[in-house]
Amino acid sequence: MASSSMFGPNNPGAFWTGGPAPGQFYNFPGSQSTSAQNSSQRTLYPVVTGTSVLGVQFEGGVVMAADMLGSYGSLARFRDCPRLLKVNDTTVLGAAGDYADFQYLSNVIQQQVIDEECLNDGFGYTPKSLHCWLTRVLYNRRSQFNPLWNTYIVAGIDDEKPFLGYVDKIGMAYEAPSLACGFGAYLALPIIRDAMEKNPTMTQDEAVALIDRCMKLLFYRDARSLNKYQVAVITKAGVDIRGPIKSETNWEVAHMIKGYE
Amino acid sequence: MSSIGTGYDLSASQFSPDGRVFQVEYAQKAVENSGTAVGIRGKDGVVFGVEKLITSKLYEKGDNKRILNVDRHVGAAFAGLNADARHLVERARDEASSYRHSYGDPIPLRHLTERVAGYVHAHTLYSSVRPFGVSMILGSMEQDGPQMYLIDPSGVSWGYHGCAVGKAKQNAKTEIEKLKMKDMTVRELVKEVAKIIYIVHDEVKDKAFDLELSWVGEITGGKHELVPPEVFVEAEKYAKEALEESDDSDEEDL
Amino acid sequence: MMGEPLSDYKAPVQVHFSPYEFNGGTILAIAGEDYALIATDTRLSQGFSIHSRESPKTYPLSEKTVLGCCGFHGDVLTLTKVLGARLQIFEKDHNKPMPTPSVAAMLSTILYYRRFFPYYTHNLVVGLDEEGKGCVYSFDPVGSYEREFYRAKGSASAMLQPLLDNQLGGKNQQGVERQAMPLKQCVAMVKDVFTSAAERDIYTGDSIIISVVTKEGTKSEQFPLRKD
Repeated sequence: MASSSMFGPNNPGAFWTGGPAPGQFYNFPGSQSTSAQNSSQRTLYPVVTGTSVLGVQFEGGVVMAADMLGSYGSLARFRDCPRLLKVNDTTVLGAAGDYADFQYLSNVIQQQVIDEECLNDGFGYTPKSLHCWLTRVLYNRRSQFNPLWNTYIVAGIDDEKPFLGYVDKIGMAYEAPSLACGFGAYLALPIIRDAMEKNPTMTQDEAVALIDRCMKLLFYRDARSLNKYQVAVITKAGVDIRGPIKSETNWEVAHMIKGYE
Repeated sequence: MSSIGTGYDLSASQFSPDGRVFQVEYAQKAVENSGTAVGIRGKDGVVFGVEKLITSKLYEKGDNKRILNVDRHVGAAFAGLNADARHLVERARDEASSYRHSYGDPIPLRHLTERVAGYVHAHTLYSSVRPFGVSMILGSMEQDGPQMYLIDPSGVSWGYHGCAVGKAKQNAKTEIEKLKMKDMTVRELVKEVAKIIYIVHDEVKDKAFDLELSWVGEITGGKHELVPPEVFVEAEKYAKEALEESDDSDEEDL
Repeated sequence: MMGEPLSDYKAPVQVHFSPYEFNGGTILAIAGEDYALIATDTRLSQGFSIHSRESPKTYPLSEKTVLGCCGFHGDVLTLTKVLGARLQIFEKDHNKPMPTPSVAAMLSTILYYRRFFPYYTHNLVVGLDEEGKGCVYSFDPVGSYEREFYRAKGSASAMLQPLLDNQLGGKNQQGVERQAMPLKQCVAMVKDVFTSAAERDIYTGDSIIISVVTKEGTKSEQFPLRKD
């Protein structure tokens, strides 16, 4: 953040040394500041995690969905974890993986959006620019062996055209007309790709229905999912984050499943 | 000036025998050379107006704004040295961002003012630095209503219902005092602020100026922003008409 | 550390962090008398999943230089960004695009700079040399490089290279000399070898993009491969 290097590399010298950095307290000269020891921790494995995020482009926009479960290993620990972040009126960010890392990055992004608004020059994040920026952040973190343990999907409208981009924790990134991560990549993506091949000019309603179907399917089959999810629809008109949504489920045949007792 | 040649005005870190810090007073002089900036706190928000003097026709219009955003909910209007002010606003932005980072909430203006004033004050204590040649008015909209503070080059800060800094601060204060601002909305105040700037502008000494108007309050959903073009045009029209009327009556008096 | 909180609830997840991943892709380059050709498939995969079917691995660096780059896609993205920036600086400094042999030399130093945390990338640089002859430079991931007449890199390289040795290099055949192949015949052969590679290699498929550099500039064509 900007605060760390206010004077740049050419620090003006002693007069403000010991003066408080933003948010800090005064330290009078002579009194040693008791900064925490310089031991560092890094994410070696995810703790509270989110599972699939799905994204589909349609004629004039993008839909994205993610459920609201925060898993603690196999324990369904938190049931109200929104994993879609509205960045601005053109951009939404969806995250899977470590929830704390996502919250950290959300704060960074939201402050940068404010910084950008303050300049009042009409510029702001586009989905493309956010995606590119994420690529660099995640790649640099993996290169320091201190990854942000997430897969991100950026959805939005860029230059009037729908945008969908993927970045993972090692900085592997690409754009595609349909995306999914977590279990969604195995269970939902083949269905989405098939639907898009059969209907290349999907309408918004068709895309939302497709996503709803996939979220229900994931709830049936992915043990780390929850029947409570959010859907973001991004069009020229702006960002609409819907939910929490609950799918209608049917477990009538469940009692016939035998042999796993 | 009594201070010149006494040797007590060379450093911000030395008092004169009668207990003054001349460097700070010089900084205040720098503020008084600048075009006037006015802030009024009404019942539902704060309005800022600035008389930005145009010293050359060759400048591009609208650049070097003297009303800036500090955070979504905080605006700053200033008089004095532009570059000093930009640095101070940058500092204020860092403070706002740091508070939001720590506590997840927008910074209370009282706290922001204390932090920035402390920083300004620190620049009046050392021989190696020069005080800020800036007076800055900060305004915001908070849960319990609008807030407005003024920070001057000495690092002192006060809360205000109406304040003015720069060239014509005395005239402007006289005009502000005529208003019942506690009962007025920002919609009404924005016209009055425009009028005050037009009234206090000295057409003889300073030829051209740009009017800058901004507001923060319920009307903007708690966001500080420059007033929209239609509001600006309306306010400027009201100001010009009021000025013409008073000119007419002046002539009648003669 | 707090010990292992609720360790019996821990899912059998991977707890190991690897900064590398293999994202597949095959590249192939051939230098002709007055042209240079480079072809790649457009599949981007990871394990048994296909991320994208439209991710070409050729990167036009200038009008007459093309880079083929595959391996770990995160490193590919970074390396191509670094290269792009360095080429732009060169062009601004010297008022001309960087010649292909210089691009190759520079790429070698960029790769070696990360000798002890390498870019996991297989690289081929193609273009025209100072005399207008087609040139191909092939690299290992840490910057060792040489100029060659033809080279295959990436996931199906072991299938393509022996065929090129036979067809273009005239290797292991008595009384056969290496001879330049006309462009048309060359393009036809590239399509054939990629089609064969796509049959056997799951990391090669979807389509290929063939770029040909001549003194007129670079032209590209796309050719479909099997998508399964």
